[in-house]
Amino acid sequence: MPTPAISLKRINKRFGPVWANRDIDLTVMPGTIHGIVGENGAGKSTLMSILYGFYTADSGEIAINGKPLSIQSSQQAIDAGIGMVHQHFMLVETFSVLENVLLGAEEKSLLSKVLNHGRKALQRIGKAHGMEVDPDAIVGELPVGMQQRVEILKALYRGARILILDEPTGVLTPQEADRLFEILDQLRSNGVTVLLITHKLREIMHICDQVSVMRQGEMVAHRRIVATSTDELASLMVGRKVGLMENKPSTQIGEARLTASGVHYTDSRGIERLHNINLELRSGEILGVAGVAGNGQSELLKILSGVITAQQGELHILTSKGEQRFVANESRDARLFRQLGVGHVPEDRLKQGLVPNFAASENAILGYEGDAKYGQHLLSTDNIVADTKTMMASFDVRPAIPELKTANFSGGNQQKLIIAREMMRQPDILIVGQPTRGVDIGAIEFIHQQLIKARDEGAAVLLVSVELEEILALSDRIIVMVDGRISGEVMPSQTNEQELGLLMSNAASTIRETLEVTLPEEVSP
Amino acid sequence: MSRVNVQEVPVWLTSVVIPLLQLALALMVSSLVVLIVGENPIEAFRVMVQGALNLEFGGLHNTLYYATNFIFTGLAVAVAFHAGMFNIGGEGQAYLGGLGVTIIALSLDHLLPMWLMAPLVIIAAALFGALWGVIPGILQAKRGAHIVVTTIMFNFIAAALMSYLLVSIIAPLSGEATDSRYFASSAVFPKWHELFEGAAFSLLNPTLLIALICAVMVWVLIWRTRLGYAIRVMGQNPSAAEYAGINAKKIIIITMAISGALAGMMAVNEVYGAHSRLILNYTNGFGFIGIAVALMGRNHPIGVVLAALLFGALYQGGTELQFEMPGLNPELILVIQGLVIFFTGALERLVRNPIEALYTSTRANLQAGG
Repeated sequence: MPTPAISLKRINKRFGPVWANRDIDLTVMPGTIHGIVGENGAGKSTLMSILYGFYTADSGEIAINGKPLSIQSSQQAIDAGIGMVHQHFMLVETFSVLENVLLGAEEKSLLSKVLNHGRKALQRIGKAHGMEVDPDAIVGELPVGMQQRVEILKALYRGARILILDEPTGVLTPQEADRLFEILDQLRSNGVTVLLITHKLREIMHICDQVSVMRQGEMVAHRRIVATSTDELASLMVGRKVGLMENKPSTQIGEARLTASGVHYTDSRGIERLHNINLELRSGEILGVAGVAGNGQSELLKILSGVITAQQGELHILTSKGEQRFVANESRDARLFRQLGVGHVPEDRLKQGLVPNFAASENAILGYEGDAKYGQHLLSTDNIVADTKTMMASFDVRPAIPELKTANFSGGNQQKLIIAREMMRQPDILIVGQPTRGVDIGAIEFIHQQLIKARDEGAAVLLVSVELEEILALSDRIIVMVDGRISGEVMPSQTNEQELGLLMSNAASTIRETLEVTLPEEVSP
Repeated sequence: MSRVNVQEVPVWLTSVVIPLLQLALALMVSSLVVLIVGENPIEAFRVMVQGALNLEFGGLHNTLYYATNFIFTGLAVAVAFHAGMFNIGGEGQAYLGGLGVTIIALSLDHLLPMWLMAPLVIIAAALFGALWGVIPGILQAKRGAHIVVTTIMFNFIAAALMSYLLVSIIAPLSGEATDSRYFASSAVFPKWHELFEGAAFSLLNPTLLIALICAVMVWVLIWRTRLGYAIRVMGQNPSAAEYAGINAKKIIIITMAISGALAGMMAVNEVYGAHSRLILNYTNGFGFIGIAVALMGRNHPIGVVLAALLFGALYQGGTELQFEMPGLNPELILVIQGLVIFFTGALERLVRNPIEALYTSTRANLQAGG
């Protein structure tokens, strides 16, 4: 039996009284792809941080290629041949590919020598592993999939033989993800060991040799891929059986609640984010908006909820609370939309939807703090807390302590609090962005049920998500966004992830990516 | 990302033990400085404490008088800070507040008794301070001119403007070269020793009560009103404010007006209460000390009041020190005050982080053991 590439024995890590990792054992054989799955907060990231030297374990043994090692810093991890590709890339967008790869590994004081040497090394590594990238391309101008490749090359350039990838497909189209898997496959046959952290079980089944499941800080199972199934892994992760929900299509689609016509939006940097958006959102339907992150969905959410104003085009809102037409460039705010019965679950809960330092009860009134029931002159703490308790009870927010600081709730419970806040008032229109991002499986199921319930009660729901599975499972109608335009509309019953993926990456950008290396000038739109 | 909730550290530790440790550290380094100069640090601190707390020579009274100034300027910084703004202009706003007080007092002091005069003077001080705070606020909201830069510049404008007004217009109205004339004694606040027979002379006057009322009102404003809610959302998460439909420009302008008004009310203590006249450069850096007071008081009104008391004591004790130990020159007293600011404000984390870490790990061990 060969020496394991990574061997962890009885790793413990505690933050205060909470065990983030408890008695973790993990053995990864060289030249394999090893998946690590688990819900949010299961301790995957902590474990990888220990391996990469961000944290030091409280106790336990680490051996890399059979050699016992105490990893105190990421430099030590790099020296031991470990490389990490973070979920959020650590790249300097204005630098070229070559400069990014060399960053921090310059070794000589004269840059020209380093660049010459680095260019050759980069080309050699790229060729060996089947991922050639133009070394002089500016990273910020590359598609996300290519940027990720630069991250991988960066790790390999530093001599990594063990590669940790943290949620690598979160930002990719299905096609880009497939390409990534080809690369990982190639790396594996070149003897590189890959640790793949993900919550997408199908990816694990698709590419991994082995998988380890974590739950609440503990390692609950190790499986060979051939000897397990998605169902088994899912139930191991949550400790019970889960089924992806079956959504019965909407029975009664009613009148148009929200109509956008000819909406254009250009951001403060002069980049056109939305181009001629026309859509109609009807009561009793969930309209799914699919697309790779950053194709105008964020701006669409903000415009439809009144947070920002378009420069061209019109919105028309018709709800039980009233009817109003909004023309372009008119000053307005989200409060007005809320008064018309527009609920908004923002796509970034910590950035937009919550103030992390506030008590849960304070966040439970965000956007609705002007409501008369929260007090005449001074805010009525009693009424606010009472309302928060109701929300926590009916949306299963745990722990149900209104006074607790919001940052101390888990991601899923923070999200449930936001959804409770936006749905408690039974809005006629519900604008929802990434409702289950970073949320554990149990909460996902609950949130999906709530969205469907709102629809069945007659709400018009717009759902933006980068999770195709979610879009397909929940939507009654799907539109796809590319480059700020609506590139297609499909019915969920008549499509699948592959077709959506094609629409998401549409022809123009596909060509762009393949020709990026050779002909950037002529083909760029 | 899996993130683990860290056990929260209790209030007694963060608000009592840690500030005291920071203070102790500052005093230790100060002792070294005093030693280097060749004086006895223990004797120096004895003089300071004695000077700041004695009753027979009005030490405690003057400590409270200084603290009154710092409560106003500290609250001013704290309110702006809750909205995410750094109001460095307390000095200028307080100075302008003095102009408001003076205009009212000089024109009406022979007509109105104190109890009619006082409310007018308070309103004038607040209004003039608010005006000097709101202009940078408007510039920030409408033109994006950064509040830190504009409030600093407004301090200089205030200084120049007030010098001109004092020397060229106000002083010639039967005042001294650089002061206004004294306000009629029937129209000004009585001082402590005038109210209580036998009390030592001091500058302490009823403005202290107004300052404490302001502290309570600031607490209510920040934690119990919709405006305060909006201010806090803005300060902690501007995107969430935008999401909630909070009008950021409006909040910026209103907050700066409130902040300026609080700073301006320092003039009630100095110009109306203590000196009964407008004196050139009467603000004397008290506006800037407000920044340190707010920092040390963690922008909470109770903290601000406590920190103001400490700085009041440092000021009063420092003044005594100059008399008792001439070897320590006034600049050295500034060094000691600076060290306190340094350890409690700038180097705050130096003490806080290890103590909090120690607390959490001890607690965890106890829990694991038991």
